[in-house]
Amino acid sequence: MGFKTPLYETHVAAGARMVDFGGWDMPVHYGSQIEEHHAVRRDAGMFDVSHMLIADVSGVRARDYLRHLLANDVAKLKDPGKALYSCMLNERGGVVDDLITYFGDEQHFRVVVNAGTRDKDTAWLKRWAQPFQVDIEPRTDLAMVAVQGPNARAKAAKVIGKSADAVLGMKPFFSRQLAEHFVATTGYTGEDGWEIILPAKDIAAFWAALRDAGVSQCGLGARDTLRLEAGMNLYGNDMDENLTPLESGLTWTVAFDPAERDFIGRAALEAQRRAGVARKLVGLVLEDRGVLRSHQKVVVPGVGEGEMTSGTFSPTLERSIGFARVPAATGEQVQVDIRGKLLAARVVKYPFVRKGKALI
Amino acid sequence: MSSIPSNLKYLDSHEWARVESDGTITVGISDHAQGALGDLVFVEVPEVGRALAKGGAAAVVESVKAASDVYSPVSGEVIANNSEALSATPELVNSDPYGQGWLFKVKPSNNGELGSLLDAKAYEKVIEEAGH
Repeated sequence: MGFKTPLYETHVAAGARMVDFGGWDMPVHYGSQIEEHHAVRRDAGMFDVSHMLIADVSGVRARDYLRHLLANDVAKLKDPGKALYSCMLNERGGVVDDLITYFGDEQHFRVVVNAGTRDKDTAWLKRWAQPFQVDIEPRTDLAMVAVQGPNARAKAAKVIGKSADAVLGMKPFFSRQLAEHFVATTGYTGEDGWEIILPAKDIAAFWAALRDAGVSQCGLGARDTLRLEAGMNLYGNDMDENLTPLESGLTWTVAFDPAERDFIGRAALEAQRRAGVARKLVGLVLEDRGVLRSHQKVVVPGVGEGEMTSGTFSPTLERSIGFARVPAATGEQVQVDIRGKLLAARVVKYPFVRKGKALI
Repeated sequence: MSSIPSNLKYLDSHEWARVESDGTITVGISDHAQGALGDLVFVEVPEVGRALAKGGAAAVVESVKAASDVYSPVSGEVIANNSEALSATPELVNSDPYGQGWLFKVKPSNNGELGSLLDAKAYEKVIEEAGH
């Protein structure tokens, strides 16, 4: 038996198909993954993401600690509530996890990390905490729902009530603690919307109220197709401890400036950069009929070989898209080995879809 | 509960086989299988003329999430496939698995093989046991 979020009974009662995800029993869909996907692109959908770990980082030197721990630089977080996406690296530059940091005040930051890595991450966060005398508090008393889609904010605001007026116009990648709800304009779908954290004991009633307000229940299946269309990496698929951000399409998340900031993995990344990064992560659109999947072999004629790291059928584009790690010299055309046949795929810039619109 | 028509034969890998009046066999995947796979987005059926072996991989059905092989219930030659309908609307396999969502037809080379297939009752048991 896996771990269960406070919404487990709710999912089962709603007829969800439950699967194991990183040791957690989670809903993959409630009937049709494609309809759930479209609900988020066209209206509003919600995801139980309570399996992710929320941890509060507090202490006088909380900012210094995070500047050492993270490859992105939390010095960028100047306005209270501002959020930052970053990788957390090991000494070899490999990605321990990717996470979002929310800035509360000078002594209080909040991080949200992946479910499948929560034990490893907790140990890692604590391992580096001591010299900075910061306190790491896993908030297992909290639960989290992502409400996403063009109508997500309006529908969720109705449920939250009057206090939500203060966050209706909040800019992307910000957060604010309301009376009960911690509301953030972050997400994993490429749509407008909120991620909302609240006490675990209140989450089932909140979920039911959102459903009554016309927000569709969506499973992790739709979450995966939405994030892939939005061009967002999935930890464990597109990067892991043996790959650096530079070969995972995440160079933009590494703050090399200022040069004197000493973050974990910096020396390894600089060495890799000097030597030349041999591989890159690219977006692919399959031109032939079929479906791209992770681990399929990618053939780059005259250059070499690579591998699919994520792949799916895109419900919005009605064709197959994916990410592949390929030699740095790869141009615009590649072939993907699907069950022994070499099918044509085109290298494209991602995101593939943003705010309901096809970008390729 | 998924539907399991009693006039069909089944494999424990969730294919169905229907013996037509002319002796040919129509093949598809069961209602249970389509439900487990979820929304189908791509179906690859065997070409007409291809020789299939009983239990051998004959077709591929892909849902949003994963690809699955479909095995042939009997040996024989493929005499028709449903690629015209399924290439445009693979979701027919979800909405009508025993009708418009059929995959291919075989002219069996060994009618004795039909006896080894499961009847509806036996197949229902396979699904029940897998669920526990």
